[in-house]
Amino acid sequence: MNLILVAVISLGAIGLVSAVILYFASKKFAVYEDPRIGKVAEVLPQANCGGCGYPGCSGFASACVKAGSLEGKLCPVGGQATMEKVAAILGLAAGAAEPKVAVVRCNGTCANRPKLTVYDSVRSCAVANSTYGGETGCTFGCLGCGDCVSACQFGAIRMNPETGLPEVDEAKCTACGACVKACPRNIIELRPKGKNSRRVYVQCVNKDKGAVARKVCTAACIGCGKCVKVCPFEAITLENNLAYIDPAKCKLCRKCETECPQGAIVAANFPPRKAKAEETSN
Amino acid sequence: MKTFRIGGVHPAENKLSAGKAIRVAELPKQAVFPLSQHIGAPAVPVVKKGDAVKVGTKIAEAGGFVSAAVFSSVSGKVNKIDNVVDASGYRKPAIFIDVEGDEWEDSIDRTPSLVRECRFSPEEIVAKIKDAGVVGMGGACFPTHVKLTPPPGCKAECVIINGVECEPYLTADHRLMLEKTEEILVGVSILMKAVKVDKAYIGIENNKPDAIRLMAEKASAYPGIEVVPLKVKYPQGGEKQLIDAIIRRQVPAPPAIPINVGAVVQNVGTAFAVYEAVQKNKPLFERVVTVTGKSLAEPSNFLARMGTPMSQLIDAAGGLPEDTGKVVGGGPMMGKALATVDVPVCKGSSGILVINEKEAKRTAPQPCIRCAKCVSVCPMGLEPYLLATCSAHGDWERVEHEMIMSCIECGSCQFTCPSHRPMLDYIRLGKGKVGGIIRARNAKK
Repeated sequence: MNLILVAVISLGAIGLVSAVILYFASKKFAVYEDPRIGKVAEVLPQANCGGCGYPGCSGFASACVKAGSLEGKLCPVGGQATMEKVAAILGLAAGAAEPKVAVVRCNGTCANRPKLTVYDSVRSCAVANSTYGGETGCTFGCLGCGDCVSACQFGAIRMNPETGLPEVDEAKCTACGACVKACPRNIIELRPKGKNSRRVYVQCVNKDKGAVARKVCTAACIGCGKCVKVCPFEAITLENNLAYIDPAKCKLCRKCETECPQGAIVAANFPPRKAKAEETSN
Repeated sequence: MKTFRIGGVHPAENKLSAGKAIRVAELPKQAVFPLSQHIGAPAVPVVKKGDAVKVGTKIAEAGGFVSAAVFSSVSGKVNKIDNVVDASGYRKPAIFIDVEGDEWEDSIDRTPSLVRECRFSPEEIVAKIKDAGVVGMGGACFPTHVKLTPPPGCKAECVIINGVECEPYLTADHRLMLEKTEEILVGVSILMKAVKVDKAYIGIENNKPDAIRLMAEKASAYPGIEVVPLKVKYPQGGEKQLIDAIIRRQVPAPPAIPINVGAVVQNVGTAFAVYEAVQKNKPLFERVVTVTGKSLAEPSNFLARMGTPMSQLIDAAGGLPEDTGKVVGGGPMMGKALATVDVPVCKGSSGILVINEKEAKRTAPQPCIRCAKCVSVCPMGLEPYLLATCSAHGDWERVEHEMIMSCIECGSCQFTCPSHRPMLDYIRLGKGKVGGIIRARNAKK
């Protein structure tokens, strides 16, 4: 009986002392965390993709709270809707953000760019890129091993077995930029989605001279500069034998698309050019 | 018999062309000289389109201290300076020269007589080697004059000459030792003089008994040069392995280099190039290239001018067989498959290996069975399975901590793996990434 009593008292005393120590410690060493950080984190998609440029969703949440302004901050996954929720919690105005989408700037399909060698090492673009120029002779274009596909957390990229190139599903793409980082050849670019999802861009990254580029790929930009001359808005620049269309200046007139002798400029999501074809035939 | 202490493998030797004397290859119609044939800054062209050049004319000068000049191997006119696909598979700038006749620079001594006496001071020797564009001929192409200039605080104690040729198939160094024995020995004495030491070892694996006998016999006339027969084991030709095998010292992890343990390692091909540069005023513009392969009609050793397309050498060795699966630049262990056979012969082209389709096919990788064979054969004492896995996951901090930069990319791990795992492919990727990270970090400091 005595034994039990001693045990209970001593353990109870230890418990009491520890509780007091813990109580004062929690008061003394308390770290203040803005309760809004937790609230903001709750409305974020919790994909932790890093597409916003911060380490994960909680990192982005604390950055939003601390910054005092949402200018230039965007959760690419949640988009404008999420940013408005964040703005409501913080009582701030959501910055106007232009939705973006990943575009693959290579049209070196199996037909356009025949294979000259066989790559039999690891199916990884990073390894292939460090090994040699690639199966086709184009040392700039898509390697086709699908590093972008495995980098995408949203299932928005898939390899098209017919073309051997990755294709972006615009509906699923959140423009987090994971594929851009994964591509060892910088082929994928985040471009503004554009009005009605319409975009005009150069679908090639080959910086070789025209003759060399054309030899390896029938759809390569040869740096002829015709598009630069035809563009009424000075949106196109030519550097290192490669044309680039500035999305901020491009007015989607599509003059360059028709001018390009290589078909290297694409206009995405435009209705088919039926009327114009008839006009020219008449 | 001596050999290095850690790891190593013994692949089938297949020295098919060992008995074939060195043949002089025909002159090409057009010679192509890439500006990056060495480790370090690319060379800077000093000729322009239309210039006439002779054999031995300097066409590009060194682009820095760690760099090497490039010399024309042919006489003719500069056609253009343009990009060419080199052995790396990428397009790199190069000088194209259309060949006309075979006119040599007057300064080059073309007589076959042996010049034993070296009358230059160590500084003059290093300057002459630098002016001749000599680089390591074993394959890494590190500029020789840099190796002969010890960094402050380091002192050379001995010269180690690499006559190991541990790569299967290759016989270029073997033939050179048999046919240019005295020239190599004079070259070794010049190297000894250049770094002010009186001891040199020539390491030769004992699968070349004729070379060991001949070199040892002739070396007795040269004070301080000793021929060391070595047990056959790959990768004994790696400089760290060779130092361990001969003088039992271990080079610490990078950035330490062999000179930190007092050794200067040079290839026999380099010793020969040094002899020609110093005694004959002949810059480096030709080298011995082994063209070999089981399916090839006539495996041979060629003395080829730099810039000769490899396809021409393959044709001279009986032409490319129809069932060719891969053409490798270098040996089968460390060589690199070529994207095209029109690649020019460069300073580091020790061999061209033709492999048939059946042998070239890689076996599909299986899961790792944790047998640790890769660990036991790694000559650098690393854990290749771990480096490969971490590289595959992009864990660069971890692989740096696991000493990925010590890897010499010998391929012993992949060779021995019973699951045929492509470890070296990943390790090379990781090494490249970590190297970039380290360079960026040092640049910041």
